[in-house]
Amino acid sequence: MSNKVPNRQAICETLMEHAKFDRDIVALCSDSRGSASMTPFFEAFPNQSVEVGIAEQNLVGIAAGLASCGKKPFAFSPASFLSTRSYEQCKVDVAYSNTNVKLIGISGGVSYGALGMSHHSAQDIAAMSAIPNMRVYLPSDRHQTKKLMEALLQDQKGAYIRVGRNPVEDIYTEESCPFEMDRATVLREGTDALLAACGEMVRPALDASELLAGVGIDCTILDMYCVKPLDTGTLLKYAESAKIVVTVEEHAPTGGLGSMVAQAVGEHCPRFVKNLSLPDAPVVIGTSREVFDYYGLTSVGIAKSIREMLK
Amino acid sequence: MDNRELTIHSWDLRQDILDIVMAGGGGHIGGDMSVLAPLLLLYKRHLRVTPETVDDPNRDRFVLSKGHSMEAYYAVLCDCGFLDLEDVKARFNKLGSPYIGHPHNVLPGIEMNSGSLGHGLPVCVGMALAGKMDKRDYRVYTIMGDGELAEGSVWEAAMAAAKFGLDNLCAVIDRNRLQISGSTEDVMPEDPLEDRWSAFGWNVLSVDGSSFEELDGAFEAAKTVKGRPTVIVSNSVKGYGSPVMENKAGWHHKVPTAEEYEQIKADFLKGKEAAQYVQ
Repeated sequence: MSNKVPNRQAICETLMEHAKFDRDIVALCSDSRGSASMTPFFEAFPNQSVEVGIAEQNLVGIAAGLASCGKKPFAFSPASFLSTRSYEQCKVDVAYSNTNVKLIGISGGVSYGALGMSHHSAQDIAAMSAIPNMRVYLPSDRHQTKKLMEALLQDQKGAYIRVGRNPVEDIYTEESCPFEMDRATVLREGTDALLAACGEMVRPALDASELLAGVGIDCTILDMYCVKPLDTGTLLKYAESAKIVVTVEEHAPTGGLGSMVAQAVGEHCPRFVKNLSLPDAPVVIGTSREVFDYYGLTSVGIAKSIREMLK
Repeated sequence: MDNRELTIHSWDLRQDILDIVMAGGGGHIGGDMSVLAPLLLLYKRHLRVTPETVDDPNRDRFVLSKGHSMEAYYAVLCDCGFLDLEDVKARFNKLGSPYIGHPHNVLPGIEMNSGSLGHGLPVCVGMALAGKMDKRDYRVYTIMGDGELAEGSVWEAAMAAAKFGLDNLCAVIDRNRLQISGSTEDVMPEDPLEDRWSAFGWNVLSVDGSSFEELDGAFEAAKTVKGRPTVIVSNSVKGYGSPVMENKAGWHHKVPTAEEYEQIKADFLKGKEAAQYVQ
């Protein structure tokens, strides 16, 4: 892999660029600044940094209080804890009270592979998406992460952003990263299958389409970084011309991208929809790469599944 | 209003609360009565916010963490000109009404939503921190219930407030010693309550929660403390003002019968007359 920059580092770098000029930007961590790659921010901007210790409820509550007074808080915590331990604060203090808190779920999905189910966040998309007035984003690479953060810095609403722990292979370049807020990015067009993926699953989905092209199967690939609000316009446009619709996500099979895509496609242009995801069971232990291999969430695994579906 | 006049006036607000509960067919009337004195005193004398300054960045902030005492909050917000009492009574708890059973920040003067407990203090820590960061001199107040203190998030925030030296933060505990299931000391013991807060690094004051004079002294004293937050333990009586309700856990959430309503109303009138008699 050529890229060594994880998406979390891209978040820190983007915030540091803006914090120099915008003193309302505040970063909050729950003893997680190393995991969040936020140590450089805390060192450079101590007056815009808040350490709350291992207290995720307090992390989100304090962030909401800061936001209600005009600050632009970014609350960092492992996605597993942020999306469950502080769920009620996310619902009441952020979404319901309509505060401008950006919730950054770090080390999402199975990033902490061998640490077990307590540290996996395979439910966070479902949990956060179920909250009214909460937006959910899973950027795919460091360049898109930067674009997303710059867009989020401009708005005044709460959002949940999930990123993984490890560097992911670039999909875009610094010079070429088409991005429109809340619109999926079309990476490839084809009519045999529509693949919609989010977060770290976009790269293997894109690689799978290359493999499939070699055997005459043409796919549309959507980088569905905006899980909520779901870009149904782009989704349905390509679903209508596809034989099958396949979603790929680092999440449980229920309530995530696959569920939302199936709901939209089923309502507006019924097609066969298959969700490639983690199982509804404790995930096997291993590195995240090994876990992806085990469940077929790799370019080869995805390509194989699609070939089977199209037989 | 001086303390005597506030005491007399508070009996009128108790009647307003009773009427709001009756009109809406529901309400946490027991806690409404125990929390009224510090809530009214805050808005009448200490909280620097008016209906005209609800968006002023320098305004004082208040969050009713024990959000279920909303009928008392409605009575005070109406009394201070933020809301219209007749409109509240007409629409409280009704379909589609903005006047719901907990604080809702679509209404003027309400900063944050609450309802689930243990949320107010963390939010107020954030508000107070923002004040320190921006070098603004506003103060931040919250009122919690004593049963609420079983929520772990309260103590997470208590630690944080002390760590950050938030002397612009003042919390009030409505210490009526009763919650839904009975005595707080049976449900989850809190004594020695003052020692616990002191151990967490807070300046602790303990007063009679029905005495405007004692409460006022505590709010004033809190303003002079430097480097640490203040908590005021307001020792109160659930259902204060009528023997029908006083110190009865069953009145945590209850609508009086017609007969009870008349008795409570008469008790409030007696309370007002007694307050007027005091010179």
